[in-house]
Amino acid sequence: MRALCWVAAGELAVREVPDPELRNERDVIVRVRRSATGGGDLPLLAGRHPLLRPGDVLGAEFLGEVVEAGPGVRRHRAGDRVVVGASVACGGCWYCRQGLHSCCDNAHADLPSADPDWVRSDAGCFGRPRAAGGFAGGHAEYVRVPYADVSAFRVPDAVDDVRAVFAADVAPTGWLAAELGAVRQGDVVAIWGAGAVGQVTARAAVLRGAARVLVVDRHEERLRMAERHSDAEPLDYRRTDVAAELRDRSGGRGPDVCVVAVGTPPARSRADRFGGQHADRPDALREAVHACRKSGVVVVLGGTDGFVDAFPLGALTERRLTLRGAGRPDLRDVPMLLDRMARGELRTEHLATHRLPLAQGPEGYALFRDRADGCVRAVFTP
Amino acid sequence: MVPMGRLARAGPALGGAALAGAARLLRVPRRGARPGADGDAAAPARWEVVTVDRPAEQVLPEGRWPEPLRRLDGAVEVRVRPAPGDRGTELAARPLAGVTPPTGLAAHLVGDDPGLLVRRTLRQIKQRAEAGEVLRADRSALDRPEVHG
Repeated sequence: MRALCWVAAGELAVREVPDPELRNERDVIVRVRRSATGGGDLPLLAGRHPLLRPGDVLGAEFLGEVVEAGPGVRRHRAGDRVVVGASVACGGCWYCRQGLHSCCDNAHADLPSADPDWVRSDAGCFGRPRAAGGFAGGHAEYVRVPYADVSAFRVPDAVDDVRAVFAADVAPTGWLAAELGAVRQGDVVAIWGAGAVGQVTARAAVLRGAARVLVVDRHEERLRMAERHSDAEPLDYRRTDVAAELRDRSGGRGPDVCVVAVGTPPARSRADRFGGQHADRPDALREAVHACRKSGVVVVLGGTDGFVDAFPLGALTERRLTLRGAGRPDLRDVPMLLDRMARGELRTEHLATHRLPLAQGPEGYALFRDRADGCVRAVFTP
Repeated sequence: MVPMGRLARAGPALGGAALAGAARLLRVPRRGARPGADGDAAAPARWEVVTVDRPAEQVLPEGRWPEPLRRLDGAVEVRVRPAPGDRGTELAARPLAGVTPPTGLAAHLVGDDPGLLVRRTLRQIKQRAEAGEVLRADRSALDRPEVHG
């Protein structure tokens, strides 16, 4: 089959690779109909994962049709159109039973060369390096899906492929952000980042009853999109004093909930770091901490390289803020989100700004990485 | 000392070549192995522990060690206790004294850390109890004839 493979830092290629096969009783094989680019792929694309190997297949967000099911699969059969959650999860460990699928204890593949580690969860995911216990991704003609009864969800007929593919990762991540922030009726919510996840977070906040939702970004087309599709108020940080604007629009209190959904920041060179030079955009996390109302909640979504310097810890403690984080979504919200998609409450197809054949995968990732041509997400058809 | 017949059952987990190393791992007295918890070479190895979200009677049916652990009978000691907060069972194991670093392929797999084999075994027990199976990796392209595009 053909798949989009990582070749070297900054280089992808569509290659012929062996077909996947059932490896466990609870596996299914899915013939992919659509797959989407994701922010979590960008550090991989840049070659910033030490265990990534040439030939590893990318893609954490995909939708397709079941073509083969293992004997332990109960909920799916050949022909089912399913969206597959980005997190691989067993459904039976303590974390899964709490609904915390992205923390699943049993999501890593058993590799003789790997030292089992109870606390890691980053590799229990599609499109992550096999050598780290990850699984081949969805930018391919076929994908093996472990624990299919837990990870795969039948798509209602009323939801088309391009809308439904975002139920794998983008939509549950955005919903999770609003949930972690405990957004409630009448809240003012500020979101840094008007990408796909930021836009769905804004929509989730509206659906949970927020009185005002403000989205901060510098890309005009993304801000317009958030305004049109998520009922959010756009703030272009190049043209306005964001902190002052947020105070104004929240009666001087500051937003009740601040969500940082800016994705993965570009790597800084050592020279820049030691020289005190920072990325060309404001530090969204610091700005969110300073903007949030006393006793409010700051939610940080994925996208960091592990360490952030100059974190305003004093503001966090003095103002009794709650800081919450998530790298990947859980699976429990996927059926509810598919229902909302079917009812038209949650529309995501506009996020697929570039719809390309898989053969143009490398070009799609270049557009996505560079945010060129108004690209929010590239969606591929094998 | 563990009889070779029992050791041979470790084959499916480690592969045949690793088995020979694993046998040495279990039989040869400790000499310069990784020190215990306090950096003292004579100290017992550190316990490896995992919480299995199932009651003890499921983790150790009829009080017997489950299969992957049974292969290490005589080579490890095991401790079991209920996990607080209704979180199942804490299962701990550590190599018995007299363990030395393995050689050959087994050394490649577990390095000089005999605890790695114990950790892998505990992890497999946890996966079997909670997920019903041990999750296998995708087959590597290196395992199959390469197809060029």
